[in-house]
Amino acid sequence: MKPKKTFCPSVFGESAKLSSQGSIWIVRDYLRCSGCRKCEIACSLFHEKRIWPEASRIRVFMLVPGAEFPHFCTQCEDYPCVKSCPVDALSVSKDTGAVLVDKEKCTACGLCIDACPGRVPHIHPTEKYAVICDLCGGNPQCVKVCREGGWDVLRAVSKADEKNMGRNRAYKLYARKPEEVTRDLVASLYEAEEEWI
Amino acid sequence: MRGYAVRFLEVDLSTEKVKELKFDESILRQYIGGRGLATKILWDRLGDRWETINPLGPENILLVLTGPLTGFFPGSRICVSGKSPQSNGVVGSTVAGEFPVELKCAGYDGLIVTGKAAKPSYLFITDSQAEIRDASHVWGKNGKQTLKMLTREGREELKKRFPMYGEWKDPAILYIGPAGENKVRMAAVMAKWAHAAGYGGYGAVMGSKNLKALVAKGTGPLPEVEDIEKVRELIDEVSDRCYSEDVLRRWGTAAAGYEVGAILGSEPIRNWQEEWHDEKSFGVDKFEQRVWIKKYWGDFGCPTTCLKVAMVKAGPFKGAIGDNPDYELQAYLGTNLGIFTPEENVYLSSLIDDLGLCGIQCGNVLGFAGELYQRGILTKEDLDGIELKWGDAEAFATLAKKVAMRKGIGDILAEGSYRAALKIKEMKKKDVMQYVVHEKGMAVGAHGVRSEKDYTTDISYACSVQAGDHTSPAYLPIHHGNSELTIILHDSGVYCWFNTFNLPRTLKWDFFKAVTGWEIEPEEWYETTARRILHLQRALLLLGGPDLKWNPKLHDDNPPRFYEPLPSGPYAGKKVDRAKFEDSKKEYYEEVGWDENGIPKSEELKRLGLGEVDRVLKQKVR
Repeated sequence: MKPKKTFCPSVFGESAKLSSQGSIWIVRDYLRCSGCRKCEIACSLFHEKRIWPEASRIRVFMLVPGAEFPHFCTQCEDYPCVKSCPVDALSVSKDTGAVLVDKEKCTACGLCIDACPGRVPHIHPTEKYAVICDLCGGNPQCVKVCREGGWDVLRAVSKADEKNMGRNRAYKLYARKPEEVTRDLVASLYEAEEEWI
Repeated sequence: MRGYAVRFLEVDLSTEKVKELKFDESILRQYIGGRGLATKILWDRLGDRWETINPLGPENILLVLTGPLTGFFPGSRICVSGKSPQSNGVVGSTVAGEFPVELKCAGYDGLIVTGKAAKPSYLFITDSQAEIRDASHVWGKNGKQTLKMLTREGREELKKRFPMYGEWKDPAILYIGPAGENKVRMAAVMAKWAHAAGYGGYGAVMGSKNLKALVAKGTGPLPEVEDIEKVRELIDEVSDRCYSEDVLRRWGTAAAGYEVGAILGSEPIRNWQEEWHDEKSFGVDKFEQRVWIKKYWGDFGCPTTCLKVAMVKAGPFKGAIGDNPDYELQAYLGTNLGIFTPEENVYLSSLIDDLGLCGIQCGNVLGFAGELYQRGILTKEDLDGIELKWGDAEAFATLAKKVAMRKGIGDILAEGSYRAALKIKEMKKKDVMQYVVHEKGMAVGAHGVRSEKDYTTDISYACSVQAGDHTSPAYLPIHHGNSELTIILHDSGVYCWFNTFNLPRTLKWDFFKAVTGWEIEPEEWYETTARRILHLQRALLLLGGPDLKWNPKLHDDNPPRFYEPLPSGPYAGKKVDRAKFEDSKKEYYEEVGWDENGIPKSEELKRLGLGEVDRVLKQKVR
């Protein structure tokens, strides 16, 4: 039996249907994150055929124990990373809305990292290109393992589905730096005001 | 070789030299990694003068080793070892967290640390390199402070070295608290806030080497495996089976704080004077509803996440934070001290973790002191003014701090309950040995054997090569999942035993094959490989020294208390039956290839290619 859902249900409801044709967004509920990092394992197995946490497009930060959360691309409405790229290595997938990195063109200059409000991209540990979540072409593996485990930190919803989307289009809000997310989680979990990071 | 980074780091803290070293495939095939390899390294380097090695001297070797399955098998752990300042033997003490994964991703299977640093130091390990750094600024800091400071410092250093990388994740850290610095024999090697390699006392070994922490951040992949598709399938199978283990998943081991007492009648209460209680205030529902702030908390790859984060929200202990005490700490820092509320239990556990003490060893010695106070043997004056009444969390907390700092009576208790008892016996001229619940210098786990309802049996502690370690019991039949010979596989592999509870028996062998390419036949394991490791550990335990040495005829025995009848509960009157125990012991010796005195037999050692061990045992033990 999988763990019962004991937290508040997401405002997006359960009805969103995934389509590889439509843009999707991965809804997050950080407070449910157990820190198991199965998302990192699944992501790196999919993209690298290895277990490779630092090459994973989704990375779990634990700046404070208990306040683990996955850090990954949120597909901002205005895609500042794409705009920042001086060599046109970044583009937006028409199918999914994901940011795609052209590994040949990318020079690993890091401007996309600075342009991202959450400093989400990072440079591949051994190759010369930035790694950014590509939504696995529409079937994100991180979401799959997170749901299999019943954690439901991550859920994929369709951006096109108006029923879901009337409420929130400010995806960019979710691009936050690791320290900022951690501070919020620490405030929530530990009701703490002092500097914990 | 698959599954291994095939490189180990050897760090000599005395000369500040760092070098890489490799082991032949034949050695790794025989000793795997973790506990097995640690035992082999210790035998090779120190075996001929083991009895003279001071576990807290610079001549001891600290080993921090992964195994081939670490990072692949769901639930990664790392094995900390060396000559134990508790048993004077070898304990493979495992701790969970991301450190083993970071270490492997940095390109190393393990660390071999020798010598002693001239000043407080920590080791900073990044991709294919390691440096010894100054730790003066974190020396004296408690667990939470240490972790915060070194996490911050590690990330800043990585950012400075690789400014273009993007945001650096946290490095993984193993560290000691003040107890380790003060060479308290019960000090643990800690990870995160509450994870501990407790058994063995290797926190004190780190402290004796002036080694405050190990900090690792690797950016590489885990090593190549034989068959990644098969590994992926097996990860899914283990995970699915763990996901269906609802009890362990939902409550971790914390349901046991009430149940082991109330149902099994095998929980230590007031220094094991009783093992039964029906205190519903200690039910897991109380913990869940009053103190849990995160219901599922786990480490790299773990599907079970038996940990929960807890915080006291009201009352005198408001603000205490840690993981929810697992069963062992519910028992040893709860019932064993006459404490039966979640808030007091979380408070004490959080404090003990912050001090860097092992909750089991420390709870045992606090309980021992509590009983001596109850019996008037230790007075308020002896205890530096503490009125050590059962159930008084604040009094026990004050004493625990003295233990960690080796202040006053704490200096004696810091030796662990057995060694403390020997001193108190001298001091008070009273026989206090009957009140020590230990096995060869180590507190026993919180699973009593008198009621015969728990998984432990009358030989579990008495015949274990890891002494009081409840996660490595001697067990009949020896092929059982609870048997030390099976557990040697997990501890050498190195991964979490808990994630194997619901697996088909063959799966672990399949996992080893998919990762390493080695076919390990169960028969080969139980007859040869596991035996070799077991005998080596046994030999080193019997060599012992320098302060205490164990004679199996006297010391392969249960604590005296286990021969007293249980005074209360449904199993009142039950006790260990000495005749029955002697029979089981004899049978166990025969099963594992030890002679009637509990010493590995000559022909058995020769069969396994351990002729040298036989020679040393003949000379010094037989």
